[in-house]
Amino acid sequence: MRIHRRTLLASMGAATAAFAAPAVIGQTRPRVVVIGGGSGGATAARYLARDSDGALDVVLVEPTRTYYTCYFSNLYLGGFWGLADLGHSYGTLAARHGINVIHDWATGVDRDAQTVTLAGGAVLDYDRLVLSPGIDFVEDSVPGWSVTAQNRMPHAYKAGSQTELLKAQVENMREGGVFAMVAPPNPYRCPPGPYERISMVAHVLSERNPTAKILIVDPKESFSKQALFEEGWARHYPGMIERVGPDFGADNVSVDPEAMTIDIDGMLEEVDVCNVIPAQKAGRIAEIAGLTNEAGWAPVVPANMKSRMDDRIHVLGDASAQGDMPKSGFSANSQAKVAANAIRHELLEARLFPARYSNTCWSLIADDDGVKVGASYEPTEEKIASVDSFISQTGEDAELRRQTYEESIGWYNGIVADMFS
Amino acid sequence: MEKIDARPRVRVPRTAAPDEVVQIRTMATHPMENGHRLDRDGSTVPRHIIHRFTCTFNGETVIDMEVGPSVSANPFIEFDARVPESGTFAFAWHDDNGDVYEATADITVS
Repeated sequence: MRIHRRTLLASMGAATAAFAAPAVIGQTRPRVVVIGGGSGGATAARYLARDSDGALDVVLVEPTRTYYTCYFSNLYLGGFWGLADLGHSYGTLAARHGINVIHDWATGVDRDAQTVTLAGGAVLDYDRLVLSPGIDFVEDSVPGWSVTAQNRMPHAYKAGSQTELLKAQVENMREGGVFAMVAPPNPYRCPPGPYERISMVAHVLSERNPTAKILIVDPKESFSKQALFEEGWARHYPGMIERVGPDFGADNVSVDPEAMTIDIDGMLEEVDVCNVIPAQKAGRIAEIAGLTNEAGWAPVVPANMKSRMDDRIHVLGDASAQGDMPKSGFSANSQAKVAANAIRHELLEARLFPARYSNTCWSLIADDDGVKVGASYEPTEEKIASVDSFISQTGEDAELRRQTYEESIGWYNGIVADMFS
Repeated sequence: MEKIDARPRVRVPRTAAPDEVVQIRTMATHPMENGHRLDRDGSTVPRHIIHRFTCTFNGETVIDMEVGPSVSANPFIEFDARVPESGTFAFAWHDDNGDVYEATADITVS
C-alpha cells in the first residue's frame, strides 16, 4: 500500500484528536521500560502512559502476542471458562495509550549504562526500569522432572499450551486411573491455585470418570484455604482425593516421566496423569539483572516497590520479595499502581499518594461453590504488612458461595480491563 | 454401607539397631462419618467409621486400638515401637462395613 503524505497527515491528525496531545514530544521524554506484560507489567505500562498524557515514553517488552491469564486457567480445566476468554492481546495498549509494545525477550540489563538488551539485538535506554517477569522454576527441585519432560508431566503453571495439554490428559485418562499432582513448596505463585486445580480436576473426573482417583503429593504441612477445600472435597468429591504430606515423605519426591511413576521417599506410585508444579523463583531476567537474593526473589522497598539493590528499578508481582502479600495477579496489579505513581512522581513531579495495597484470591471448588481469602496491606520499613484480612467460612450456604463465585467473575473482567483496555 | 477405597499408607524405617525405638506413621483415606452430621436435606448421615486399628510385629500385638466417631476423616495414627529383630509389621484397619484394610512393612535390624 502506498501512503501519501497528505493522507498520512490526515490520519495522524485524527489520531491526535482522539486522545490528549502529548505534553512533551520527542527524545527529551523520559523513558520507562517495562519488562513483562502480565498483571504487574501491563498494569504499570498502562497507568504510566494513561496518567502522564504522553509525557513518558513507555516501552513494554513482552515475548508473547497473546497473554493467557494464569488466574481462571483452572476454571478452563474444569470446563467453566473458555480458552479464548483467558487470552488477551496488547493492541489497545499500543493504539489507545501510545505504549511501544515490543514482542521480544529481554536478555540483559546493564544497570550502570541503564540499558536493556533484547534477544533480537536491540538495546533500549531507560530512565526507569520496571521488572515484572513472573516466575521461573527452580531446576532439579523435583528430581527427574525438567522442561524436556513437561509434555509427559505438564506443569501448567504458566497458562497457555501447557494448560490445554493438561486438560486433554485429564479428559483422556483411562477409566479408574490416577491423577497425581506434585505440589510446590512455599513460596509460589497463587497459593490456593494447586488446590483449586485439584477441585476442577475432581469436577471433571466425577462427571466423566467417577472411579478415577486423585493423589496430591505435597511437601507442605498445610496449605491455603485448607479447611475450605477439604470440606468442599468431602462434600462434592467424597473418597476421590488423597493428600500425602511430609509426614509420609512428600518432602522427598522424585519422578520418572518415562515410567509415569512418582517416588515418595522410597514408595513408588504408578500414575496416569502427573501434574508437576516445581519450586519457583523470580523470572530469570531479575537474576540476570543481579536483583535477586539467595532464595531467588527480588527484595523491594515496601513503600514503592523499588528494588533494594537499584533505585532506578522497580520489581513487581510474583518476582518480588515484599512481605505478606501472596504472589497473585491481584497483588501484582495493586503493586503496579503504586510503582507507576512513584515513577511519575520522580520523573514528572506528579503528586505522590501513600502506598496502599490489596489482594483477594478467589477459588472455585465446584459448580457455583466459590470461596475467597484476602487482605489489605500497608508498607512498613521492613515489609508490606497485612493490616486486616478476611476469609470464607466453612459451612456457608450455597447462595453465599454462588455470590462469591459471581464476584470473582466481576473481578476477572475488571482486572483484565485494568491491564489491557 | 458403601465400599471405601481406603488406600492405607504406612511409614516405617527400613532399618533399625537392635531394640531401637522407631516411629511408625499410618494413614487411611476414610470419611469417618460420625453419625451425627446432617446432610443438605436435614436428614442424619449414618455412622460409618473405622472402629478398630491394630498393628502386629512378627505376629505379636504392638497396638490394638479402639477408634471412636470423634476421630476425623482420613485417620492419621502415629506411635513408637521397640524392634528386637528383623521382621514384618502388619497393620489392619477395621471398617464398620465389615471390610478390613491391610498393609505390611518390613524392617531389617542389624
